[in-house]
Amino acid sequence: MMRAFKMPGFLIGFILAGIFVLAAAVSFFWTPDAVDTVDIVNKLHVPDAKNWFGTDHFGRDIFSMIMVGARTSIAVAIVAVGIGMGLGVPLGLAAAARKGSILDEVIMRTNDLIFAFPALLIAIMITAAFGASAVNAIIAIGIFNIPVFARLSRGAALSLWTRDFVLAARVAGKSPAHISFEHILPNILNLLIVQGTIQFSLGILAEAALSYVGLGAQPPTPSWGRMLAESQTMVSFAPHLALFPGMAIVLTVLGLNLMGDALRDLFDPKIRRDRA
Amino acid sequence: MKTILTGVSALALTASMAFAQSTITIGDQLEPPYLDPTAGAAGAIDNVVYANIYEGLTRFASDGSIIPGLAASWDISDDGLTYTFHLHDGVKFHDGSDMTASDVVWSLNRARAEDSTNAQKGLFAGIADVSAPDDTTVVVTLDAPNGGFLFNMAWGDAVILNEGDDIEALKTHPNGTGAFMFENWVQGDSITITRNDNYWGTPAKLEGATFKYISDPTAAFAAMMAGDVDAFPVFPAPENLPQFDADPRFNVIIGSTEGETILSTNNAMPPLDNPKVREAVSHAIDRNAIIDGAMFGYGTPIGSHFAPHHPAYIDLTGESAYDPDLARSLLAEAGFPDGFTTTLKLPPPAYARRGGEIIAAQLRAVGIETEVTNLEWADWLEQVFHGGDYGFTIVSHTEPMDFGIYANPDYYFHYDSPEYQALMEKLTAETDPAVRTELMQDAQRMLAADDVNGFLFELAKTGVANAKVMGLWENAPTQATDLTAVYWAE
Repeated sequence: MMRAFKMPGFLIGFILAGIFVLAAAVSFFWTPDAVDTVDIVNKLHVPDAKNWFGTDHFGRDIFSMIMVGARTSIAVAIVAVGIGMGLGVPLGLAAAARKGSILDEVIMRTNDLIFAFPALLIAIMITAAFGASAVNAIIAIGIFNIPVFARLSRGAALSLWTRDFVLAARVAGKSPAHISFEHILPNILNLLIVQGTIQFSLGILAEAALSYVGLGAQPPTPSWGRMLAESQTMVSFAPHLALFPGMAIVLTVLGLNLMGDALRDLFDPKIRRDRA
Repeated sequence: MKTILTGVSALALTASMAFAQSTITIGDQLEPPYLDPTAGAAGAIDNVVYANIYEGLTRFASDGSIIPGLAASWDISDDGLTYTFHLHDGVKFHDGSDMTASDVVWSLNRARAEDSTNAQKGLFAGIADVSAPDDTTVVVTLDAPNGGFLFNMAWGDAVILNEGDDIEALKTHPNGTGAFMFENWVQGDSITITRNDNYWGTPAKLEGATFKYISDPTAAFAAMMAGDVDAFPVFPAPENLPQFDADPRFNVIIGSTEGETILSTNNAMPPLDNPKVREAVSHAIDRNAIIDGAMFGYGTPIGSHFAPHHPAYIDLTGESAYDPDLARSLLAEAGFPDGFTTTLKLPPPAYARRGGEIIAAQLRAVGIETEVTNLEWADWLEQVFHGGDYGFTIVSHTEPMDFGIYANPDYYFHYDSPEYQALMEKLTAETDPAVRTELMQDAQRMLAADDVNGFLFELAKTGVANAKVMGLWENAPTQATDLTAVYWAE
């Protein structure tokens, strides 16, 4: 793992993403200003020494809102990736272990069905049916993560099932479930980590998009996407309202993608061999 | 070569001038569900049809006064019970049929009938009989004198329809008597009307008009700036008005509306049924912060349900002045020292969404937690307005002189006060203007004293128009976009 830090892409990505994770963590204990009180008298201040990122149309400190917004984004993305991995990976492994069976068909065709819908459409459908909230946004984003992980782990597991060490385990009488978790899973972990990083950044984007259309975290919980949406009519005279949440989204996603790319390069045996 | 160029550019110029001068595109946020003003409460219907397509016996002028409509004049009997309307001669509906007294009788009887679906049935409640002695005379007899009868007849809900028209067909193809005729409706996009060349009165100056529906404030701003829309009678984003004001291409028209914007309170839902709690709420709200924060300063604080530009208005904002400490002690007195939790359901307009966030913060400061839910209009109507499933909501009541709604205990406020109901009955029966003023002031005081709702501000009419568009209404005495006198200055 330490080798990753020697790659400039990973390092930059790690620092970028790290800044926002740190901001989110710190926001639990301290923010420069309260984010759920309004102070109309001090609305639309440009960035200065007191309000580093200025204040929004309700006089709230944008720097504080970005910090708490990071918490919302990261929490949604983590849980959503968790749902995707937690359900997708076992399903994918099961499908691979019983390749060609009814179980395999049912799992993979259901995945195809979910995959056929654009991810955001599913999210909008779920939030429209069950109401807009951060929890429903998490579930929505999590659901479209399931087929991603299921396909990935099935594909990777299938190529492992033909390998000698798996054959040896089968000969030794281990059950398919046992083999899947003891031998297959550790060997596809690299792939899952790479995909997890990418899905994490997609999750942050999806949360921002859902909040932007009003289906994500509800007020007064700050959210980067909603900050962008609310700033829309004011961009022409108070650009800092859109600039900072926009930058936060771009930098976090950029950081995570850089990390994901670097990890893929590191883990991919083909590239590793080429480099050596 | 030069002459040809001049000729071409002159041609282009006249062509563009002719086009620019004859039609107008009006921007609006909400599209009407259908186009029959007698069938629904949606203000978006009247925004298209009132005065343009449909007319009533009387009508509102821009300043809110009542002027003759289809009735050229009227006589009122000494006891105030009989109104004799003398109709204009030669009025035709857009389908070519004559408008006669029997159409008036039919329209009024239909509106006041037992099974009427009119959204403002109360306007017709006092009518005992409607008859037509001849083709141009209508006699309306009332149960009791009603000082507001001519005002009632000016509402969009009291327009005159053609007797026997298929009511279902009218929903998409209105057939009125107005200066404009319905032409086309592209659902989800626009409604087009054209000048009625057989109009009985002063013909419209415009050849036609298009109502274009743009719900997104950012898109509205872009459409105005690009010239796709010539006027937005109520521009949805007040924060953009200074930019229009600074641009010589545009006029910003700030006027008054009949929109009392209130924090509607479910008076039947504990703990909001407790007057002490409602009093605490009204002291917890800082109106000026809401006007500044949600409306960027456009709006007049109100202390009761009454329009500030009306002569009978009294300023009661002092009764519920912003005082969070008082609010906290009132809550403690009412038995809620730690506050309580309720719901705040917000419809789409900026005043509600932004005002809601501000009010939620202000209520939180005194210990009242609100679960904020943003609703689309259809959900809002279903859950809040019809379902009564809410603690608080924010909405602007844009009907003129609509404080009578408080006398209806089934209305979504669920305010049930026999004293207020008696007062409204007295007001309806009273015809002496001085006494009416006094009664209206009593009503304002009663609503303020009971803290029925959180009274926030009177919505301003924040219009934007191309600087060359003349004759648009400055104020909004009723929901309307009266285009009959609009023209292009050159």
